[in-house]
Amino acid sequence: MQTRRIRWHIAVFLAPAVLVYTAVMIFPLFNTLRLALFTEVDQTRIYVGLQNFRTLFFDPIWSEQFWNALGNNFWFFLIHMLVQNPIGIALAALLSHPRLRFAALYRSAIFIPTIMSFVIVGFAWKLILSPLWGIAPSMLDAIGLKSLFAPWLGKEEHALTTLALVSVWQFVGIPMMLIYAALLSIPEEILEAGEIDGITGASAFWKIKLPLIIPSIGIISILTFVGNFNAFDLIYVSQGALAGPDFSTDILGTFMYRTFFGFQLQLGDPHMGSAIAGAMFAIILVGVCLYLFGIQTRMRRYQL
Amino acid sequence: MTRKVLSLALMSTALVTSAYAQDATLNIESWRNDDLALWQEKIIPAFEAEHPGIKVIFSPSAPAEYNAVLNSKLEAGSAGDLITCRPFDASLALYENGHLTDLSDLDAMGNFSDVAKSAWQTDDGSASFCVPMASVIHGFIYNKDAFNELGIDAPTTEAEFFAALDKIKEDGTYIPMAMGTNDQWEAATMGYNNIGPNYWKGEEGRQALIKGEQKLTDPQWVAPYATLAKWADYLGDGYEAQTYPDSQNLFTLGRAAVYPAGSWEISGFNTQADFEMGAFKPPVQNAGDTCYISDHTDIGIGLNAASENQEAARTFLAWVASPEFASIFGNALPGFFPLSSTPVELEDPLAKEIVGWRDECESTIRSTYQILSRGTPNLENETWGASVAAIKGAETPEALGQQLQDGLATWYAPHQ
Repeated sequence: MQTRRIRWHIAVFLAPAVLVYTAVMIFPLFNTLRLALFTEVDQTRIYVGLQNFRTLFFDPIWSEQFWNALGNNFWFFLIHMLVQNPIGIALAALLSHPRLRFAALYRSAIFIPTIMSFVIVGFAWKLILSPLWGIAPSMLDAIGLKSLFAPWLGKEEHALTTLALVSVWQFVGIPMMLIYAALLSIPEEILEAGEIDGITGASAFWKIKLPLIIPSIGIISILTFVGNFNAFDLIYVSQGALAGPDFSTDILGTFMYRTFFGFQLQLGDPHMGSAIAGAMFAIILVGVCLYLFGIQTRMRRYQL
Repeated sequence: MTRKVLSLALMSTALVTSAYAQDATLNIESWRNDDLALWQEKIIPAFEAEHPGIKVIFSPSAPAEYNAVLNSKLEAGSAGDLITCRPFDASLALYENGHLTDLSDLDAMGNFSDVAKSAWQTDDGSASFCVPMASVIHGFIYNKDAFNELGIDAPTTEAEFFAALDKIKEDGTYIPMAMGTNDQWEAATMGYNNIGPNYWKGEEGRQALIKGEQKLTDPQWVAPYATLAKWADYLGDGYEAQTYPDSQNLFTLGRAAVYPAGSWEISGFNTQADFEMGAFKPPVQNAGDTCYISDHTDIGIGLNAASENQEAARTFLAWVASPEFASIFGNALPGFFPLSSTPVELEDPLAKEIVGWRDECESTIRSTYQILSRGTPNLENETWGASVAAIKGAETPEALGQQLQDGLATWYAPHQ
């Protein structure tokens, strides 16, 4: 007779990761969602159900800020998708060229900003772009294009795009590295077979390499999406919690921070802040699910 | 054996603790980490010399984190005995939550005027929970050398003010005024609330606004925005992206002639600038008008209700309220003016000039700080945005007034 043994070792091996992850991620996440269902009246916490979300989406004072932040967030994401990822792919394609000299140097130089602190990046770019002491106006002046210079970070219509491009500058190394790794994993035989069929140079990239790295591009897109919708640091460092000018750089992260912890004379409201955090979580969850079930399952994969 | 060592250790700790218990040690929570040296070298020794047996430790945290750090320390019961108080609602909330003690019965509170105490009182004025320490005064600091060079006198009326700016602009050597809109708060604090009291007649207008008798759409509240709109022409190129430190540097490097200021700049400017500085009051509309200045109550100090050294702490607070403290504090930190009713002789010429305005003008505090910034949308934060929009010309002054009034009316009963 065979008795089913309980396989304790599975639980034992899982325990450390599960416990740590539960304590620092899962519990706070659900507690935040729980906090969003309460409000504080006269120093006592009372349960109000979805009232905070109703305020957030339908009270004009809140909803205007929320939709503004969400719209800005989408623009921030769009710039990354349109600028960061294509440039990252192009750089990777160039770097993987077998006859490129100093490839390792370029690779490190482009990747280094990624490991720098937001604080340094934000501060350095603020100085570079400063109309008073920055090098941007004098460099443009040197090539006779001074008229193109504007105090970009201080103009409503330019500030968000400028910051998105700064963020692109900082993080372009990540798609580059991932695509670079994917390109290196393409076997030589396939490319050589293509060459025999007359597919070389640029068309080899478009017809052979690109289809093979599509799954990596998908992963990069989803990483960009999650990263952008959780973004906060760069905006906070360069424009402060009010995300000026006139909230034109306000994204969900800064909106949540301002509400949760308060700002200047405005006292913090953890309950509304949690509601915003809950909304952010939902948006990211929906985005990731759309990708996982809508796109990734239909993606064509090639056996290499 | 181990147990013996342990109990020995415990015993010795107990002994040490009881030895200390004879003397009270007071810990002060503060956000003024800039003032650490001043407290350690001047204020605390002066107090300890008079009160042997009470030890005082000043333990500040970073200004931006102070409110959050203090709140969590108070909740956890690990906060110091004495709490440096932010003005108005932040401290009022601490009092209402039972973290601060009512100090109305402290004799030394009689040394302060009602305006001085107003920042740390319940709305009905029945309880005072912090001893007022210092206020800051708004006005304009100017480069005296530049003014002499161009033959300009410090302006007193608005017409003279803009004439002076025109003249500086025409000459072109100096940027007429150093202020940016990037950080937003300067536009409201050094702009709107600096020049505004002359329009809404200081306390009279401020109180009427709180009572709901005046509205933010009234001409006296809208007009300052119209004046701010004229400032844009005199700010430096790219002022939209100019930050607060940028403005400070522009002025102290001698590249700008006028700096819309708060008096807290004085000590920094004294060390940075190598030209002679002067100050003028916010200009009045017509010569001879009564002038009003923003003499904003900024720092107080209160007693942690959970402190074990209530008696010693009260002794310290009484001393803070004394003229002796006022004189040490006022002179060590020119620009932070003691609030006690007994006048303090200040040595710094610029600080002396500015504090002298108290005798010539009516004092008031920033219009948005008391009660009006309690709800959402927050009037103070909205005023930052509105002042910036006014300077940039993004919206008309009337539209801005309407917008602020609408926001206030959504939650503040007297305006509904």
